[in-house]
Amino acid sequence: MTAKKPPLSPIPQLPDAAAVTGRVKAQWGSSPAYQSATPSAVSWPGGAFRYSASRIAGTRQLSNTAVHPARGSTPFPEIQYRKHFPGALKRPARRVLTNTTSVDVNRRPRRIAPYGIWASIRGWPLMALIVAFVVCLPILSVLYLAFNPKENIWPHLWDTVLLQYIANTLGLMFGVATGTLLIGVSTAWLVTRYEFPGRAIFNWALLLPFAVPAYVIAYIYTDLLEFAGPVQGALRAAFGWTLANEYWFPSIRSLPGAITMMVLVLYPYVYLLARAAFLEQSASVVEAARALGGTSRSRFFRISLPMARPAIVVGLAMALMETLNDFGTVDYFAVRTLTSGLYDVWLGMNNLGGGAQIATLLLVFVTMLIGLEKVSRRHQEHYQPTASRFRKISRRQLKGKEATLATTICFIPICFGFLIPAWVLLNYSIQNFDHSFNADFRQIAFNSMGLSAIAASTAVAVGILLSYSQRLRPTRLLKTSVNISSLGYAVPGAVLAIGVIIPFAAIDNSVDAFMRKHFDYSTGLLLSGTVFALVFAYTVRFLAVAYGSVDASMKKISPHMDDAARSLGHSSLGILSKIHLPLMKSGVLTAALVVFVDCMKELPATLVLRPFNFDTLATHVYQYASDELIAEAALGSLLIVLVGLVPVILLTVSIDRSQELKAAGISTIGTPENQSG
Amino acid sequence: MVVNENYSYYHQCSLIIQHPRFISMKFKNNRVVRSVLVILAPLLISFAPSQAIAEEVNVYSYRQPFLTDPIFDAFTAETGIKVNTVFAKKGLIERLENEGANSPADLVLVTNVGNLAAAVEAGITQPVSNDVLESNIPASFRDVDGHWFGLTSRGRIIVTSKDRIEEGLISDYGDLAKPELKGKICTRSGKHSYMVELIASVIAHEGEEAAKQWLQSVKTNLARKPQGNDRAQVKAISQGECDVAIINTYYMGAMMTDPEQQAWADSVNIVFPNQSGRGTHMNISGVVMTKSSPNRDNAVKLMEFLANDAAQSMYATNNHEYPIKPDVSPSELVSSWGEFKKDDLSLNDIAKYRAQASRLVDIVDYDG
Repeated sequence: MTAKKPPLSPIPQLPDAAAVTGRVKAQWGSSPAYQSATPSAVSWPGGAFRYSASRIAGTRQLSNTAVHPARGSTPFPEIQYRKHFPGALKRPARRVLTNTTSVDVNRRPRRIAPYGIWASIRGWPLMALIVAFVVCLPILSVLYLAFNPKENIWPHLWDTVLLQYIANTLGLMFGVATGTLLIGVSTAWLVTRYEFPGRAIFNWALLLPFAVPAYVIAYIYTDLLEFAGPVQGALRAAFGWTLANEYWFPSIRSLPGAITMMVLVLYPYVYLLARAAFLEQSASVVEAARALGGTSRSRFFRISLPMARPAIVVGLAMALMETLNDFGTVDYFAVRTLTSGLYDVWLGMNNLGGGAQIATLLLVFVTMLIGLEKVSRRHQEHYQPTASRFRKISRRQLKGKEATLATTICFIPICFGFLIPAWVLLNYSIQNFDHSFNADFRQIAFNSMGLSAIAASTAVAVGILLSYSQRLRPTRLLKTSVNISSLGYAVPGAVLAIGVIIPFAAIDNSVDAFMRKHFDYSTGLLLSGTVFALVFAYTVRFLAVAYGSVDASMKKISPHMDDAARSLGHSSLGILSKIHLPLMKSGVLTAALVVFVDCMKELPATLVLRPFNFDTLATHVYQYASDELIAEAALGSLLIVLVGLVPVILLTVSIDRSQELKAAGISTIGTPENQSG
Repeated sequence: MVVNENYSYYHQCSLIIQHPRFISMKFKNNRVVRSVLVILAPLLISFAPSQAIAEEVNVYSYRQPFLTDPIFDAFTAETGIKVNTVFAKKGLIERLENEGANSPADLVLVTNVGNLAAAVEAGITQPVSNDVLESNIPASFRDVDGHWFGLTSRGRIIVTSKDRIEEGLISDYGDLAKPELKGKICTRSGKHSYMVELIASVIAHEGEEAAKQWLQSVKTNLARKPQGNDRAQVKAISQGECDVAIINTYYMGAMMTDPEQQAWADSVNIVFPNQSGRGTHMNISGVVMTKSSPNRDNAVKLMEFLANDAAQSMYATNNHEYPIKPDVSPSELVSSWGEFKKDDLSLNDIAKYRAQASRLVDIVDYDG
């Protein structure tokens, strides 16, 4: 691998910082000579603009500051501080030039913090708190609804179907967890550690089933495998059976059927994150294990798997949350889960509050799951070896039977999760093309893509903001609000949509009331029923995905990097953009990809929240799919799949071009090539 | 900075931007600010208030667009009033409730009594008194106070296999409880509104205990766990999985006109139940006007249009439903099934027993 990309600069330099670097490096205030060498005053170019809050020290001794030589043209003196103050290099003087002497400063270094006691709620943490609070709103609204049920549903549910709901839900979760873990981790392991025929294709093709919505794959397999379908038809023709009761065939419309469908479309979550984690593991770790006599199996179970565990768990949590909020598949397969019970209480018994209570129960499920996992690996942190020690693990060539086996294992999920459904959809689309090409598909596809792209960038930006603020200044409040907002993924879409409508409509109506009262002007609904509400709903819904992926890669960056950059005088933003983002490129891209595809498929929230006459591919498909008209829905579904493929392919291309680790889980933690230039 | 009062607001803004202090903030060169703007720009554009076209009417619809669009197009062609729609299967009433007085919606199209009752109960409707509507829609299919109006009706009929069930064995809903039908009945989920409303009508006519007995017996007669929509039940009969099903009439019409599905429909006989008694249970689709309706006149025009001959016969031909207006005949196909006695139980009664019926389904564990 050649180092085409310019080597990562270890010290991102400000163009004009050179003149003062030496002084910063010198132990600040450590030598009497140093103090005497510092300028004793800061000159302010004539009649400069002053902040009202500024308290300029005038001619006092300012031993901890230096006038920036390159900024003479601006009316502000540029001050440099100790390394602890974020943004010091770029900020103009405020009241930082206090009358403290260097002696005082040395004695109580933290007391002269430029922001005083407000430091904890300024800048990044404050922004993050606001954002976290806003994205919490829909969840809080759902909780609020849960306190206002029309009647108490629990006695009835408990007497009749609740246990069945819970049993089915747990069964579904257990099945999906097992299936996605098996497929996701095994394929990721094969693709990252071994070389076998087709590996380069499987590398990205294993992501393909991701683009197929779960309810669509459910329709397709029901069509294929039910009594009237071609598979059973062929069996009957072959063996001369005629009636259903003459032979046994597993019913696709059942709990195992639902589990299979979900596993087929959800395993890419685990695959994506597991692969990224395996790729980021350094050969040095594996070699150490080997040198200590670890067998291949123990290297996997005792080294690689535990190191990849946080990432795998994030993927698994996403798959399980998606399982919980799914309604289309379980409804079609007549599997009564808590989610279908929720809709029944809401729509059948006209009791939204009761539905929200079930949604809360779902959240409790998820919280417990995540909590258990976190408790079980408390006190463990997995930092990757830093730059100089990282070496890529070379893939072992598989031959003969082993290679065939590996190829088969990787091919099966692609075949059942993508090739067969795509083939069926294509057939239906061709058969019904005249009939179903009735809408302005270009506009609808554009709507879908635009909306998904905006939502993906917003969700990732919010994810980065929250994750980085946690890193800068972890506070319990922020952590709690991030956790709450991440739960949005587990709330069934239509309920979350109501959760979005409530605060938005409340804001709109109060603004309107205010304007009417004071200005006699009605603003109407500003936010509700706009694309903004949709983007917001998507962001909340998929924040868990974006945040999870971003945070996983952020956590892998050793805090030493931050310390080093900070000591070299970089601001928080500078560190983020120059060090973290390049290092996390893979995580950020992965997050954007996943959210984009998820938004393409998103249905229930889109239906309820969209503006008038606004269709996405998913809603267009739904008007037919809701009536089980699979043939008419085929063309739209195929388009969802195709448009969903675009980011998968783009991502692959961009990674190939960057010539780094050739996978979505790239890590730019310097490879040896990069280091040597 | 000195603010010159002779300058316009925009000029002053531009002065501020040109001021060295502002430039030194380097917003223009700040990558973060720029990228935030790039992300936010489309959102800001979406804030732009939608152009207020005088002639339009906004509809929240629980009916699929491919059914309603032809009718709305005809309305637009006739009156020049644009119809804006949002279609969803759930949540629109809640949206309306929260949007409150500022909601843009004028009408809500609903597909079952459950939605209708929920809308009225939520207090989002307003009464309409209109001669056209009242003369076109029979009294049993509209609210006394004019809060809601039925637009089409569908019979909940029984279909039986031509080959395996002799004619005359089943003539009532009650016959579905016969022990000789054990393992022969297919239905959709008991939680679906069509089933719930049928059960509610049984409760209204025969009382809860009798309804429970009946439902229990039907459950023991089921050939398979309730699944799929009504079309899937007919398909199952044609494939020999079961012999008897309860379906809505328009599914029969749709299958008979679809070349691929005609064979399924041909394998069954249609039975209009309870002809000697209370009549066949009917469910309806309907329309309500929202309390906040901003385009009330246009909305009334659309309601009148929907109840008129043209739209009524479009429903009849496109979706094989029974027109609500008595003198509009159903589609030729549907007419060929003959006249039948309809259950004239008030929809208010059905709405009243809905929740009870839904609970009954859980108690009997119909879907289990």
